[in-house]
Amino acid sequence: MSELTNLGVAEIRDGVKAGDFSAREVAEAHVEAVAAAKALNAFLVETPDHVLAAADAADQARAAGTLKPLSGVPIGMKDLFCTVGVQTTAASHILEGFTPTYESGVSQRLFDAGAGMLGKLNMDQFAMGSSNETSAFGNVISPWRRGGGDNAALAPGGSSGGSSAAIAARLCPAATGTDTGGSIRQPAAFTGISGIKPTYGRCSRWGTVAFASSLDQAGPMARSVRDCAIMLEAMAGLDPRDATSLDAPVPAWEQGLNADLKGKKVGIPREYRVESMPAEIDALWKRGAEWLQDAGAEIVDVSLPHTKYALPAYYIIAPAEASSNLARYDGVRYGQRELPDGANLQEMYAATRAAGFGPEVKRRIMIGTYVLSAGFYDAYYTQAQRVRALISRDFDEAFAKVDVLLTPTAPSAAFALGDKSDDPLAMYLNDVFTVPSSLAGLPAMSVPGGLDDAGLPLGLQIIGRAMDEQGVLNAGLALEQHAGFTARPDRWW
Amino acid sequence: MSETSYRIEGATGAWEVVIGLEVHAQVTSNAKLFSGAATAFGAEPNAQVSLIDAAMPGMLPVPNKECIRQAVRTGMALDAVINRWSRFDRKNYFYADLPQGYQISQLYHPLVGEGSIEIEPDGDAPKTIGIERIHVEQDAGKLMHDQHPTRSYVDLNRAGVALMEIVSRPDMRSPAEAGAYVRKLRSILRYVGSCDGNMEEGSMRADVNVSVRKPGAPFGTRTETKNVNSVRFVMAAIEHEARRQIDVLEAGGTIVQETRLFDPDQGVTRSMRSKEDAHDYRYFPDPDLLPLELDEAFLAECRDSLPELPDAKRRRYQEGLGLSAYNADVLTAEVETARWFEALLAEIGDDSRAKAAANWVISELFGALNRLGRSLDDSPVTPKDAATLLGLVADGTLSNTLAKQVFEIMLETGEAPDVIVEARGLKQTSDTGEIDRVIGEVLSANADKVADYRGGKDKLFGFFVGQTMKAMAGKANPALVNERLKALLDG
Amino acid sequence: MSVDTDTVRKISRLARIQMSDAEIEALAPEFNKILGWIDQLGEVDTSGVEPMAAVVPNTLRLRDDVVTEGGDRDRVLANAPQAEHGFFAVPKVIE
Ligand SMILES: [Mg+2]
Ligand SMILES: [Zn+2]
Repeated sequence: MSELTNLGVAEIRDGVKAGDFSAREVAEAHVEAVAAAKALNAFLVETPDHVLAAADAADQARAAGTLKPLSGVPIGMKDLFCTVGVQTTAASHILEGFTPTYESGVSQRLFDAGAGMLGKLNMDQFAMGSSNETSAFGNVISPWRRGGGDNAALAPGGSSGGSSAAIAARLCPAATGTDTGGSIRQPAAFTGISGIKPTYGRCSRWGTVAFASSLDQAGPMARSVRDCAIMLEAMAGLDPRDATSLDAPVPAWEQGLNADLKGKKVGIPREYRVESMPAEIDALWKRGAEWLQDAGAEIVDVSLPHTKYALPAYYIIAPAEASSNLARYDGVRYGQRELPDGANLQEMYAATRAAGFGPEVKRRIMIGTYVLSAGFYDAYYTQAQRVRALISRDFDEAFAKVDVLLTPTAPSAAFALGDKSDDPLAMYLNDVFTVPSSLAGLPAMSVPGGLDDAGLPLGLQIIGRAMDEQGVLNAGLALEQHAGFTARPDRWW
Repeated sequence: MSETSYRIEGATGAWEVVIGLEVHAQVTSNAKLFSGAATAFGAEPNAQVSLIDAAMPGMLPVPNKECIRQAVRTGMALDAVINRWSRFDRKNYFYADLPQGYQISQLYHPLVGEGSIEIEPDGDAPKTIGIERIHVEQDAGKLMHDQHPTRSYVDLNRAGVALMEIVSRPDMRSPAEAGAYVRKLRSILRYVGSCDGNMEEGSMRADVNVSVRKPGAPFGTRTETKNVNSVRFVMAAIEHEARRQIDVLEAGGTIVQETRLFDPDQGVTRSMRSKEDAHDYRYFPDPDLLPLELDEAFLAECRDSLPELPDAKRRRYQEGLGLSAYNADVLTAEVETARWFEALLAEIGDDSRAKAAANWVISELFGALNRLGRSLDDSPVTPKDAATLLGLVADGTLSNTLAKQVFEIMLETGEAPDVIVEARGLKQTSDTGEIDRVIGEVLSANADKVADYRGGKDKLFGFFVGQTMKAMAGKANPALVNERLKALLDG
Repeated sequence: MSVDTDTVRKISRLARIQMSDAEIEALAPEFNKILGWIDQLGEVDTSGVEPMAAVVPNTLRLRDDVVTEGGDRDRVLANAPQAEHGFFAVPKVIE
């Protein structure tokens, strides 16, 4: 592929502005890369017309001197974002053929900023999964492979696995992701890229297919911290159509980037040192702390005592909300309908949902329905929300002492497809480090830190105070500069 | 507080009926509770549906401030506790009129807490009915079953319209009390302006909870008859349902707690759904909405914008304006009536004439509107013209008889009373010379009757009055005619 | 706590997801495993702790009472599996 596909968001933006290349050339190079990468199964829908039109508009804008922040930047769109006239399925059969007549708040902002869309990215069905194996349209295959001739197909992480794979494979410089319990950070870690989940409420949820409303948060994924900052600036901001959207100014995060951490304190939460964690990850974590120290920060041990309960609390709250959010998929107003001969309305619902939802989605709807059902609501849901309050309090207490927290992003490197798909609990444990900050609504990002012995990327996570994306990005930048991560997957697809 | 003596006689003795009502009142607003679609009645199917109402993927609710405001004002009008912290919950169930698969309602923390309503049931003692709570929630859409042999059609125009669910305590003990409660509640809502009270269009529907017991016994098992849409039907549903329950119990059966429907054609209630799938609504706080917190300024505006309510107004009409209890009642029962009456009083500008004005409104105006089949809203006579008419009576320009004539012409032509009087020469004469002259003529034309009268036939006095008035085409001041006749006959 | 197949069947009905007996048999042990793991939350002493209501301090914004949407039936019905005469159509419901 052409060199243009190696460029990041900032480089494309600046190169188009400087006239080093045209936006059209950039778009065409990426369209070609996408078309040539079918083996990854990263894209569900390709939209070359969209990205080329945006590129032409960018080239005209350059001539007219009216370039926008993302003019000429081709991006991938997770299929959770509703896009006008372009099929949006959340990677589920139940929405097959659904073509929104409306544009999600986040995609609209990106388009308004000049970005063009290469297509809709595959993902775990309804964002439920950590490996992309729950997609109704086949799993995404990570562009990474273990060294030593091991050609096992690996998970790109999930649920934003189409996004992570496409970015790592240089199909696009950046993409949207969504993160409910780690769905931006864990796939970023698995594929050696960066991704940030901002504070809950930063990005509009309007027009994004809902999984768990109190946790869902959109964010960017890209190959550098700077690119994440640029993307996030375009994506974030008040949307009056989302009652939980934050009414706060969007800081100039890119401009504020600063890898000098002098005077900053970085907390190392001792409860994140889990038993089964591979030594390589532990070692990387220690290295990360040294890098941040080297950048001027003081390293402080902190305690988040309720960490262990975050995952079970999450697996009550998220399925409960999902069981209700997904009730609208009933075959009446849009999407697939299954109507067996002579079926009545309620039978049509049951048949439609049985045929339309995949096994993991059904599993979570069932768990969510159960924990909310009569007699269990208090013991499960209310208790989980109380525990959530305690988890949030733990973070408050830690952030009284430190500015950011450093943890590994995931307890392992990418695993092979099929390795964990039979054991939901083992799969859920993937999110052990990402879920607590999701429950507390805090900004958190994953930055690649290095490779494991098999040559697979490992990520480090920075968690920040609510609204302090800048602090998170800056610590991420310091990690990025020290790690000097340049590894990329060899092209096999 | 004296309890009603309403009892139903069964084979085993007298039974007492226990009634609680859940009234769903549509909040008066331009747009829906959580979307910007219109709420007007009678639109084309699905013409007032936003993507939010249709529960498209990714659509989110944002509450309408006016709906919250009207529910708070309603709570204040019912002397209820306003909860400054409340929250919306989801009530989950599957039905084709419920696009989200859940109704956004308030179970755990309603906007309005306990309050009360004073009722005066027909032929019974006044009574206070407790209000348990008012919560705000979404209406459902509408299913049409009779348009196609094998399909039902879904219209989402109503889906998402704001409702207040006003839940009473089980304090009512007779159909009359329930009827009085609904009428009074409707009147208050219309005064407040939070609901138009239009029961035919479905703006107010009652879920009727009924149980029976032997007087003094604990509460029996209740049934809930859904969506009853008139005062008369509420009363009929209670009567039928109580009787049905008594029959079941006296036959040795038990009452099943269930949802029923009222069939107005048959006047009976019927079991709605078999309960093979017991409802489990899985209520939980709506994660798309933060808790609703009301500040003092918002509450102050709600309080300050409340009008004088019917009970206070009736008291003022009686105590301040000296109206009879009956007249005060009639004039305050409906907000339009009170508004019209007060506009009339303002035009008159003299509260000492309020009694005469009240009498005129109730006997003359209402009588005329009744005859014409019109309501106060489209009365052909404005308060200003009515005030002019009453002024002409008060200053002696018109007799009551003449006033009636002028009023008839006003109804027909819409002309102002002073114009009518002027143009048609209907002024009452108080010219004693003229009256004396006419009386002289009447007396000389009826010399025999004058002799009879003077011989003791007192009753003939009325005859002379009538003849005089007739000769003067009704325009003589009747008091003067009386006075002059007395003088000239007895003199 | 142990969830039997009858409970799983009841939940599948409540969730309107049709399931065969075999699916229910298969799901029950999985369900038990997940719920058993979730049950550890019971260990946490949460007395005096209010359930979390909002993750980030924020208040509910209210909208003005203005009609801004609707009047666009084609858009609403655009994706309907079955729409007739301006309605969504479903199998006949007998109330
Ligand atoms: Mg009810
Ligand atoms: Zn209700």
